Amino acid sequence: MTTLYWEEEIETLPRVGLESIQLTRLKHLVARVYATVAPYRAKMDAAGVRPADIRSLADLQKLPFTVKDDLRDNYPFGLFTVPMDQVVRVHASSGTTGKPTVVGYTKKDIETWAGVMARALTCAGATSRDMIHNAYGYGLFTGGLGAHYGAERLGATVIPVSGGNTKRQITIMQDFGSSVLLATPSYALNLADAMAELGVDPKSLSLRVGVFGAEPWSANMRDEVERKLNIKAVDIYGLSEVMGPGVAMQCLETDRGMHIFEDHFLPEIIDPDTGEVLPPGEQGELVFTTLTKEAFPLIRYRTKDISRLIHEKCACGRTMVRMEKITGRTDDMLIIRGVNVFPSQVEHVLMGVEGVEPHYQIVVNREGNMDTMAVRVEVSEAIFSDEVKNLEKLTRKIQADIKDLLGVTCKVQLVEPRTIQRSEGKAQRVIDNRKM
Amino acid sequence: MHVEQIAVFLENKSGRLAEITATLAYHGINIRALSVADTADFGILRLIVDDVESAKKVLKAAGFTIGITNVIAVEVADRSGGLAQVLMTIEKARLNVEYMYAFVNKSREDAVLIFRFDDMERAIAALQQDGFTILSGEQVCAL
Repeated sequence: MTTLYWEEEIETLPRVGLESIQLTRLKHLVARVYATVAPYRAKMDAAGVRPADIRSLADLQKLPFTVKDDLRDNYPFGLFTVPMDQVVRVHASSGTTGKPTVVGYTKKDIETWAGVMARALTCAGATSRDMIHNAYGYGLFTGGLGAHYGAERLGATVIPVSGGNTKRQITIMQDFGSSVLLATPSYALNLADAMAELGVDPKSLSLRVGVFGAEPWSANMRDEVERKLNIKAVDIYGLSEVMGPGVAMQCLETDRGMHIFEDHFLPEIIDPDTGEVLPPGEQGELVFTTLTKEAFPLIRYRTKDISRLIHEKCACGRTMVRMEKITGRTDDMLIIRGVNVFPSQVEHVLMGVEGVEPHYQIVVNREGNMDTMAVRVEVSEAIFSDEVKNLEKLTRKIQADIKDLLGVTCKVQLVEPRTIQRSEGKAQRVIDNRKM
Repeated sequence: MHVEQIAVFLENKSGRLAEITATLAYHGINIRALSVADTADFGILRLIVDDVESAKKVLKAAGFTIGITNVIAVEVADRSGGLAQVLMTIEKARLNVEYMYAFVNKSREDAVLIFRFDDMERAIAALQQDGFTILSGEQVCAL
């Protein structure tokens, strides 16, 4: 099999050449950010670093980290480096306490993003002849539009089907001849089950490959998707703060790791406790510096995703380092059906309901192929009623408020007092029964 | 004219009802009447007992969530049509029954109907006007 590249020269550039590009871009980035963004300048001044101190890639370690709180403190546009008239699009993801994280893109950023996404799709073997079925959600979430622009850049035909309406999706796959599926892995399994129910044989479809991301999925799940849909399943990585989908992508030649598009996103692996950069190949927290983004660049952004970098040469010929599938988080963030959920957000909702005490527990399960979230709430005398309808009204209200804030439908379960473990040191707020 | 009812929150797990009744029995509290309202996820146990204060104390101490609600106890003859007559009065007065349950008092050969209405005061007035006997808390306890 011949490897397809989108930008062969840069994708297969010897490391020394790549690192030289990275350094040039890094210097330029640091100088620009220092000059234009007050919060960055303040942090660098506090750390005693000047743009001129960045003389090698190793000097990156001198720069302070950027964390999610920095984004929240400068909500909504405080970390943008260009005037708003140059910002052509914003995306947002839900924050930990209600305020979302907002990211912005210039016209050039959108082009860069489409470019890396086209690269990613090419890694999966997609070409301009493909019919790309994009089932990522369109909207503030970066998944839908990010993948869409990349597929268009590739020159493929995009079906902007978005999420939901599974039966119609299957009809479209049959009638339009969808050949590449972009979706969360759990939605892909959902599609497979719906096909089985409708008596649609996946072998009768033109589907060849699936590009799956936006939520953690195990090797077992990969096997299941491949078997049930009769396709090759590949992994894509991205996060809205850094760009969106297309930060890293698995190629067809290996199932070990995803190539990070290092000419745009410079990765580091750090010890989450000390912040020290770890030796090559060690597992730790993934940190990204965006080398080319204009509107919303990030310096040493801590993703809180746990991974490791794979430096061995890949059979596909790409010289870009690979990152291992995310194996965990340094915080308590959960991903439910592609949506980021922090227990603190659930707590925030519960505190807003009169009489509800802060004794709750989140139980996550995978039922069939769908992640389900149940919130167990203790019934105090303040919220108890002798009438069923009042208690049901209460559970519906909590459910609606959580749906409003988080965009996730959950089940609210009332439990007897003192049945949820009390905080002794670290309270067990989350029981995740999914097998990753 | 009101009778105090104890409502207890019950998770749907086996043995909870037995624990409540055992707790009451251990403290010598007698249950006059009870009903359970249940959903797929939880239940509400409603109790009329002979010693409300003690029952409240011991159930709370045992870790249950309880609530006290005023209900109306109507005494009717234990024969065919006893309940129907009461409900006709309710219907005539356009009152809504939130819930009801009943028990039979063997010694006096009559039945006691426990009601919770949306408008308790109007219900008492309507029932009294039609000549029904409404029992006080003490009377129910003494049955």
